Amino acid sequence: MQTDRYSLFALLREAMRGNTGWKPAWRKAAPAPAYDYVIVGGGGHGLATAYYLARRYGGQRIAVVEKGWIGGGNVGRNTTIVRSNYLLPGNEPFYECAMKLWEGLEQDINYNAMVSQRGVLNLFHNDAQRGAYIRRGNAMRLHGVDAELLDAQAVREKVPFLNFDDARFPIRGGLLQRRGGTVRHDAVAWGYARAADRLGVDIIENCEVTGIRIEGGRAMGVETTRGFIGAGKLGLACAGNSSRVAAMAGLRLPIESHVLQAFVSEGIKPFIDCVVTFGAGHFYISQSDKGGLVFGGDIDGYNSYAQRGNLPVIEDVCEGGMALMPRIGRVRLLRHWGGIMDMSMDGSPIIDHTPVQGLYLNAGWCYGGFKATPASGLCFAHLLARDEPHPVATAYRLDRFARGAVIDEKGMGAQPNLH
Amino acid sequence: MRLTCPFCGSRGVEEFTYRGDATVRRPAGDAGAAAWVDYVYLRDNPAGPHQELWYHGAGCRSWLVVTRDTRTHLISDVRAARAVAQAEREEGAV
Ligand SMILES: Cc1cc2nc3c(=O)[nH]c(=O)nc-3n(C[C@H](O)[C@H](O)[C@H](O)COP(=O)(O)OP(=O)(O)OC[C@H]3O[C@@H](n4cnc5c(N)ncnc54)[C@H](O)[C@@H]3O)c2cc1C
Ligand SMILES: [Zn+2]
Repeated sequence: MQTDRYSLFALLREAMRGNTGWKPAWRKAAPAPAYDYVIVGGGGHGLATAYYLARRYGGQRIAVVEKGWIGGGNVGRNTTIVRSNYLLPGNEPFYECAMKLWEGLEQDINYNAMVSQRGVLNLFHNDAQRGAYIRRGNAMRLHGVDAELLDAQAVREKVPFLNFDDARFPIRGGLLQRRGGTVRHDAVAWGYARAADRLGVDIIENCEVTGIRIEGGRAMGVETTRGFIGAGKLGLACAGNSSRVAAMAGLRLPIESHVLQAFVSEGIKPFIDCVVTFGAGHFYISQSDKGGLVFGGDIDGYNSYAQRGNLPVIEDVCEGGMALMPRIGRVRLLRHWGGIMDMSMDGSPIIDHTPVQGLYLNAGWCYGGFKATPASGLCFAHLLARDEPHPVATAYRLDRFARGAVIDEKGMGAQPNLH
Repeated sequence: MRLTCPFCGSRGVEEFTYRGDATVRRPAGDAGAAAWVDYVYLRDNPAGPHQELWYHGAGCRSWLVVTRDTRTHLISDVRAARAVAQAEREEGAV
């Protein structure tokens, strides 16, 4: 039995000896000259990929190469919402696969990720939206996923403090996925890092990939700020920076990098016990266990790598919040920040081979990639190990733009006129 | 972020609408699928100076070509898109 397993027993033991026995959650690995698998990007997706490669596909000699520190990218910047309420056949089985993995994650990786299935409620404000949500709910149920249509009265009972009788956007009801909710984002990064490390994966931090070595049309490894690292297979999971890293292999991607901001208020008493999204503007909100209201809205809408946004979007998000729940108006904003995401041209991700042999791509997650983390890792590991797409990720091909097979879930890529 | 419109002066970014990379050029109708896929979907997406189209919808309603550093949001140049297109056409004619 491994002795550094987290358990009630370990907690008691450490309480008795002044917490002196805890070990770092993962080793600070130095790069070896070569690995069978090198994953570029130590975000949620890269770490989950390494973990499932080692755990489910028997992969050995695996490294995750991260330019900063674990948890510094989008995995630690998102608003923590997880759900599987998708409409299209290419998407729904994938996101439900992620949801099922979330449900068993903490036992699987022996880490408290605070997976909280508190429910995700999407509000509608008119007949057309109601029809669209009925359709979405039915599509989910056909895939065996839970969905409930609530009328205005049922929404009133669940979240009585909303602005129900607004003259322009009265609340007519909502689509509820009870199994959706939130997961503590940092814990996902740390938990996967620790679990991968325990399976022998080298997590190499502060190591930026600066080039991709290609010989005879085949990726041989990566040039980094800590020297060359050879790779049998090379997987890119560099959310937000995918275009830059893929350019090192001469590829141009159907992606623009954009900034999305997130917001946290001062801590208040328990107020919202689920995730609520506004149907008449782009605004979503939940409450963290510390009491802060966690909310967000639209991307700023211009190419950016700056990890910070501008005031007009802050104003727009707060207006959305005030329209939906005026009573939060007196709550003070504590912090806000930005993250850089790959906005793919159809708003859907890419998990695929590339034209370069031995080079694989996991990219284009837009602002919905956190919920996908476990399934993205599993499917990318599958592709890397088996050289064929995982059955739930067959639609996420890089050539779908050329084939006219775009996955137009919500008409929300970098620009809505492209699909 | 503020943009200095050549016609209206310095204005808040909320007066403008973004249209993306200003360097892509519409291919000829019979250019073939690859050229069209490239034009519609593929982007350089650079980290650094980026030439991009903005529309001054809440002002003079001109299209502008803005050069902006995507790492810092610093704007180094703003021109009327019309002037940029004209200059390009003259260059092509030479
Ligand atoms: C503000 C905000 C809110 C969001 N809210 C939600 C939400 O509520 N629900 C949801 O599902 N999704 C949400 N998302 C989207 C989600 O966070 C991302 O899609 C997802 O986290 C991306 O995958 P990742 O975790 O692997 O990314 P990251 O954590 O960004 O990982 C990519 C890593 O690659 C590294 N990297 C880049 N270039 C190099 C290089 N050259 N060499 C080495 N390493 C490199 C980066 O440093 C980074 O650590 C949100 C995003 C943001 C910004
Ligand atoms: Zn103007």
